[in-house]
Amino acid sequence: MERTEAELIAAVLKGDAASFEPLVAKYSPRVFATARRYARRESEIEDIAQEVWLKAFDKLKSFRGEAPFEHWLMRMTVRTCYDFLRGHQRNRESSFSELSEPENDWLERFVAAPETATDNADAAKLLIERVMEKLSPQARLVITLLEIEDRSVKEIAELTGWSVPLVKVRAFRARGEMRKILAKMTKDKYL
Amino acid sequence: MNLAELQKKLIAAAKTEVLDDRVPYAFEKRVTALLQSRVAPQNLDLWVRGLWRAAVSCVGVAMLCGAWTLFAPATSASTDDLSQNFETTLLASIDQGDQAP
Repeated sequence: MERTEAELIAAVLKGDAASFEPLVAKYSPRVFATARRYARRESEIEDIAQEVWLKAFDKLKSFRGEAPFEHWLMRMTVRTCYDFLRGHQRNRESSFSELSEPENDWLERFVAAPETATDNADAAKLLIERVMEKLSPQARLVITLLEIEDRSVKEIAELTGWSVPLVKVRAFRARGEMRKILAKMTKDKYL
Repeated sequence: MNLAELQKKLIAAAKTEVLDDRVPYAFEKRVTALLQSRVAPQNLDLWVRGLWRAAVSCVGVAMLCGAWTLFAPATSASTDDLSQNFETTLLASIDQGDQAP
């Protein structure tokens, strides 16, 4: 008979580390999907996921079972991704001069006729990825959660551990930062 | 250039990105193996920590005894020679064996 999550967690807390495996198997897809939003290399993504699970194991005592395990785990995942972003800021200084041909084409199409530039073009996805890499860790986290994942300010506050007013301030700053980066990108290209 | 519009378009493009939730083969097994290998040294650590504490306590007790033997005031004359008494007590059975017919 399949054991419930609560039973598995209780067994892990009693010292049976093997009972952690079904939890890892069940929730790893969500952890990996989240990590892929913040890291590009597979080795980095795997490191993040592994760290999330090690932290989850070490802090399992603090899980009180009031909220679903998945929510508790996603909080840990988002915070681990944020720590990763803070530790890997090396790409932020590069210029936009090396845009690929499809990216250049998309931008030119946008400049000529903004309404005809398609949203789901691969080039647009590459461009937004470049822009996101240049954002500060805080700005990238807020833009991802608020704009791309469409989460509420309250949800972001719960996920990040920041207060609601702080999330609002950081969201305002993040949008400004993103606009500055876009301005720089277009200036690099057209001036 | 309309930056707000560009920002909107790019965010919309990011939203269309399909989330990739692939997990490397046997990832859960690797994590569990790693956790189990960490649990064993943790148990060993508990033992080592306990033994170190016991050793420190023993050293403390030994130092207190040493200090007491050095600094405790002598209560009477030579009959209370501690080493002599200790030796007499320790060798009492041998002495008795020697005296027996």
